[in-house]
Amino acid sequence: MAELEGLYQELILDHAKRPRNFGPLPGANRRAEGFNRLCGDRLILYLRMEGDVVGDVRFEGAGCAISTASASLLTEALKGKTAAEAEVLFQRFHALVTGDFAAAGDPDELGKLAAFSGVSEFPVRVKCASLPWHTFAAALHGAAAPVSTE
Amino acid sequence: MPAESLASAPPAAAFDAAAARREFPALAQRVHGHPLVYLDSAATAQKPRAVLEALAGFYREDCANIHRSAHALSERATAGYEAARRQVQQFLGAASEREIVFTRGTTESLNLVAAGYASRLEPGDEVLITGLEHHSNIVPWQLACERSGARLVVAPIDERGEVPLEEFERRLSARTKVVAAAHISNALGTINPIAEFAARAHAVGAVLVVDGAQSAPHLPLDVQALGCDFFAFSGHKNFGPTGIGVLYGRAELLEALPPYQGGGDMIRSVTFEKTTYNDIPYKFEAGTPHIAGAIGLGAALAALTAWDMRAIAAYEHELTAYGLELLGGLRGVRLIGTARRRAGVFSFVVEGVHPHDVGTVLDSRGIAVRAGHHCAQPVMERFGLPATTRASLALYNTRADLDALAEGIGRVQAMFRS
Repeated sequence: MAELEGLYQELILDHAKRPRNFGPLPGANRRAEGFNRLCGDRLILYLRMEGDVVGDVRFEGAGCAISTASASLLTEALKGKTAAEAEVLFQRFHALVTGDFAAAGDPDELGKLAAFSGVSEFPVRVKCASLPWHTFAAALHGAAAPVSTE
Repeated sequence: MPAESLASAPPAAAFDAAAARREFPALAQRVHGHPLVYLDSAATAQKPRAVLEALAGFYREDCANIHRSAHALSERATAGYEAARRQVQQFLGAASEREIVFTRGTTESLNLVAAGYASRLEPGDEVLITGLEHHSNIVPWQLACERSGARLVVAPIDERGEVPLEEFERRLSARTKVVAAAHISNALGTINPIAEFAARAHAVGAVLVVDGAQSAPHLPLDVQALGCDFFAFSGHKNFGPTGIGVLYGRAELLEALPPYQGGGDMIRSVTFEKTTYNDIPYKFEAGTPHIAGAIGLGAALAALTAWDMRAIAAYEHELTAYGLELLGGLRGVRLIGTARRRAGVFSFVVEGVHPHDVGTVLDSRGIAVRAGHHCAQPVMERFGLPATTRASLALYNTRADLDALAEGIGRVQAMFRS
């Protein structure tokens, strides 16, 4: 097993304990629910799209450290991005947590999201990290049913 | 006197856990650089050498189909399979080996009974279950009720995680046709008073179906003394192979139930107009069964019998008390389920840390536990939790395993201290 510290990096622990942009979003025009059947994690992601741009994004719910930190860092990373930029970032984040580092690209360009580079060494935790992103995609595309990572 | 007091009858000799542990090769390994501390036996148990050898021996020397071919290998395979059935009969204290059906596991056993009753229940009838049940003792009855128009009734649990007998009794009536209850809760470790359930179920004319998945590996059993009409358990939780399980049913009840699946071995004669079914238990064993699995389970039961289930139960009782005191004394750790009669299943919450994170940190130290809802979501909802961490004991665990768990929890708390 890879070192535990590779999974629970300081930045991840910080965001897990003190999630940013946590709570409802007044004026949200998109919303999606994410659910991890395996562990019971639930999160609701609120999105306010301003034209093609993510005007604001917030979340609430209860989950493990990895999913909470992932949701928190997602909100920071996506604010101000266009829908197309967000989609690209999702693909690169997904590549990162599944260990496809070539597709994930330059870590510098991932910014704080690079803190999730250790997740790929813990296969059962990949779903935790990716749940908020799947939920974001569902909100963006207006999916009606709750998103599940199963 | 309740039949479960068998568990407290003095065993012939004390159980030597250290010696028994050496019979389980998987427990000797290191995981992530640490000696394996296996505390997930409620999910599946490790296998003793005798089981591994029985499996390999069957495939190496005796592999043939049973009840069919006229050759030496088939005779040996048939003899091994039927010997395993007799071992199960003795292990459970059943009256006859005809009452022992081999299935894929507890889930299939329960589905077999529920599907059978689905064709006999009528609107107005009721099926009573408890708030402690595993999904596999809920969903088959929901399906049976949907198909028959019967109503599913639940006897709730209290804050200890016990089913108060008065709550159980209040829901029993002449409408109750089936009572289905876990012997031991997989999520909380609560031991249900099965003999009391049986007496009350029988008083209203209902049959009692017992999910014994969590009790068969831990308690001496006597299905007749307990008053079980049906009793289901899994091979893999009982130190045997996966994919094999048992349904015990009283002969007259099994005879009255319709077949579960159609196919080979379950028939006496087939024409396109009419099929005559085989006698019990073969009526319920369609197709080539898990022959090696049954033989492997027989080997596991032989080992358990040699160790003496009474001695194992006494040992685990003492180990459980040690674990409760140890975990109960940890600051920031809350035990979920505090039943007075309980087995070695510890469901707990580390304050401020999600069970998945607890599980990952413990795994990094070679400690195997389960995190999640344990296929018992109604139990989790009762306690307002999405999930817990669960450590579960078996005969090969020692105080050192529990000490390692307590130390690991300390590491979890240090890591997530805010």
